[in-house]
Amino acid sequence: MTELAFKGPSAEQLRRRHLAEKRFRLFAISSVFLGLAFLGVLFIIVAISGADAVRQAKMLLTISLDVDEFEEGKNSNSAQISKADFEGFIKKSMRSSFPDAKTRRMKRELSKLVSSGAAYELREFILTNPNQIGEEITIWVTASDDVDMLLKGKLNRDLPADLRQLSDQQLLWLDQLMEQNKLEMQFNWTLFTKGDSREPEQAGIAGAMIGSFYSVMVCLLISFPLGVLAAIYLESFAPKNAWTSFIEVNINNLAAVPSIVFGLLGLAVFLNFFELPRSAPLVGGMVLALMTLPTIIIAGRAAIQSVPPSIKEAALAVGASPIQAVFHHVLPLAMPGMLTGTIIGTARALGETAPLLMIGMVAFVVDLPTTFTDPATALPVQVFLWSDMPETAFAERTSAAILVLLAFVGTLNLTAVILRNKFETRY
Amino acid sequence: MREATQGSKAAPQKRFWTERLIMAVLILCSSVAILTTIGIVASLIFESIRFFQIVPITDFLFGLHWSPQMAIREDQVGSSGAFGAIPLLVGTLLISAVALTVAGPVGLMSAVFLSEYASSSVRSKIKPTLEILAGIPTVVYGFFAAIVVAPWLRRGGEAIGLDVSSESALAAGLVMGIMTIPFVSSISDDAITAVPTSLKEGALAVGSTRSEAIKKVIIPAALPGIAGGLLLATSRVIGETMIVVMAAGLTAKLTLNPLDAVTTVTVQIVTLLTGDQEFDSPKTLSAFALGLMLFTVTLALNVTALKIVKAYREQYD
Repeated sequence: MTELAFKGPSAEQLRRRHLAEKRFRLFAISSVFLGLAFLGVLFIIVAISGADAVRQAKMLLTISLDVDEFEEGKNSNSAQISKADFEGFIKKSMRSSFPDAKTRRMKRELSKLVSSGAAYELREFILTNPNQIGEEITIWVTASDDVDMLLKGKLNRDLPADLRQLSDQQLLWLDQLMEQNKLEMQFNWTLFTKGDSREPEQAGIAGAMIGSFYSVMVCLLISFPLGVLAAIYLESFAPKNAWTSFIEVNINNLAAVPSIVFGLLGLAVFLNFFELPRSAPLVGGMVLALMTLPTIIIAGRAAIQSVPPSIKEAALAVGASPIQAVFHHVLPLAMPGMLTGTIIGTARALGETAPLLMIGMVAFVVDLPTTFTDPATALPVQVFLWSDMPETAFAERTSAAILVLLAFVGTLNLTAVILRNKFETRY
Repeated sequence: MREATQGSKAAPQKRFWTERLIMAVLILCSSVAILTTIGIVASLIFESIRFFQIVPITDFLFGLHWSPQMAIREDQVGSSGAFGAIPLLVGTLLISAVALTVAGPVGLMSAVFLSEYASSSVRSKIKPTLEILAGIPTVVYGFFAAIVVAPWLRRGGEAIGLDVSSESALAAGLVMGIMTIPFVSSISDDAITAVPTSLKEGALAVGSTRSEAIKKVIIPAALPGIAGGLLLATSRVIGETMIVVMAAGLTAKLTLNPLDAVTTVTVQIVTLLTGDQEFDSPKTLSAFALGLMLFTVTLALNVTALKIVKAYREQYD
C-alpha cells in the first residue's frame, strides 16, 4: 500500500525532473549554437560582400595618340611624356565613340563614366610603350565606381532618374558599350597594389598592409627579446622577494589594461615627450610592443616552467654556471612554447586598432610607405576608415580588407596551434 | 683544482663579469613592465592634473552634462564647454550591462555544455571553434555591429512599432557580448573543471539528475571562480573601444534605454584625440582624465577578480 502511494507522485515528479533536465540541456546546447551561428553569419556576410571587390568594371577605349600632343613627338623622354594631357586623350576618345554627346552637360556625364584614375593608367601605358606614340591604341581603363556598381547589380535601374547615380543617357551609353563588348569585369589589381584613395575604384589596401607589416615588425623586434629575457629572469633567477612579486603583479595587470590606455601612453610619452613622428609605423610598433610584452612574458614563463628541473640540474652538476644551464639547456627546450605565445601576441597586435588611432595612424595616406617613419595606416585602421565612407563601393572593399585581415590573423593563430602540437613534449 | 680545468686564471674571472653583465640585462628587461606601468600612470596623472586645473574635479566627476566642444568665439554661448562625465559613465555601464547579459548566461552555459555534456571528441572540435570568436579583431565586430546588426535591429523595431536608434546601445552591447562569450566560457570552464569530481559524483549517487547536480552542486562550488571571470569580463567590456566607436553614438545622453544612442568613455577618448589637437585645450586634456578614470576602474576590477580567483583556487588545491 505504502509503495503504491509513494509511486504516484514520484512518477509525476520524475517526469518533471527529466523534463527540466532536457530543458537545461537544450539551453546549454543552444548557447554553444548561438556562438557558432554568429561566427558563421559573420563569415558568410563578410565573404559574400567582400568577394565582389575582387572584380572591377573596366572599359575598352580606342585612343589615337596624336604625335603633336607630345613635346618631342615620337622622341619624347619620360619627363616630356608625363606632361601630355592624358585626360584630354580619354575625353577625346569617349567623345569620338559617342558623337551624340553635344551639350556641355552630356559631355560631362560621358566623361564621368570613366574613373579619374584612367589618365594615370594611360600614362603608365605610354611610359612603358613609348613606341606607340602616333599610333592608335586600344586600352582597358578603370570605369567609375557607379558603372562598377551597376554591373554588379547594386545600382537599381528602375529607380527614378533623379534618385540614381547614373542618368538615363549614361545608362544608354553603357548598354551600347556592353553590346560592343567594350565593358567587362576584370580582376581588381588596384585593390592589392595601391594605397588609399577618395575614389573607391582607385583605393587599395597595399599601403595599409605595408604599414601593418612595419608596425608588427617593430613590435616583434622589441617585444620578443624583451619578453623572453624578462621571462627567463623571473622564472629562473629572480629571488623571491617583494620586488619580484611587484613585477609579477605589474605584468598580470598590464595584460588586462584596455588597449586604448596604451595608446594614451604612446601619445603622451612617445609623441609629446620624445617628439617622435606622428602616424609612423615605428611609434605604432612601439606601442603594440608594450601591449604584447605581458602576453609574451606570461607565455614564456609557462614554457620555462614546463621544462623539468632535472635538465637544469644535470647541467649544473657537470659544472655549468646557472646562466649557462639556462641559456644552453632550458631555453632551447622552452623555445617552441615561447614562440607560440609570441605568435599569438603578434596576431593580436596585428588586429589592434584603438592604440593606433591615438598616435595618428588614421591619416589619409595615398603613397605607399617605404620606411619605418613614413606616415602610414594599418590594415584594421583601413577597415575602420573605409567603413565610414558613404559610397556603396567602399562597403565591399571594407569587407575585402576584413577578409585579408582575417586571413593574416587566422594564419598566425593556425601556425601557433601547429607549432604547439608539433613541439609539445610531455616529460 | 678549478683553475686547472679552466686552463688559465683569467677565464673564470672573465666568465664572472660576463655573467654579471647578462644578469644586469635580464633585470633591466624585466623592469620594462614596471617602466610601462609608471609611464601609463605618470602620463595619465600629469595630463589629468593639468585638466583639473582648468575644470574642477567635482565638475568632472559629478557633472551631468558632457559637451567638450569649445567655442571658436569668446562670446559664444556655452563657450566654456561642459565636462561632466556622468553621462559617459552611464552610457558605458548601459552597453556593458547589455554585453554581460548576453555573455554571462551564454558563456556559462557553453562552459557547462563543454565540460559536462559534450563528449571529449565534440569538445575538442567545438572549443577551438568557439575560441575563434576571441581571435577576431574588434574592428571586424565593430563593422558587423554598425553595418549589419544595427540596421537589423532598427528594421525589427520598426516592424513592432519601436523607435530604435541606428546607433543604439543594444546593437553595440549585443555584439560586444558575443565577442566576450569565449572569454567567459573558458574561465567558467576552468572553474567548473576545478571542482573535485567527488562532489559531482556524490550528487549523482544520491539520485540527482545531471542538471540538478550542475545547478545545485557544481555551479555553487565554482561560483567564486565564475564571479571572478565575470569581473574580468566586465573590465574587458568597459575598456573595449572599436565596437563602440563604430556602432555607438557620439553625443552624450543621460538615459537607461538600450534602444537609445549613448556614448561611452572610450568613444569620447577616441573622438577627442583623433584629428587636429592642441595640447593645452581642456578638450584634449579631458581625454586623459577619462583615460585615468578608465584605467583606475579596470585596474580595480582586475585586482579584485584576480584575488577572488586566486583565493578560490587555493581552496581546493
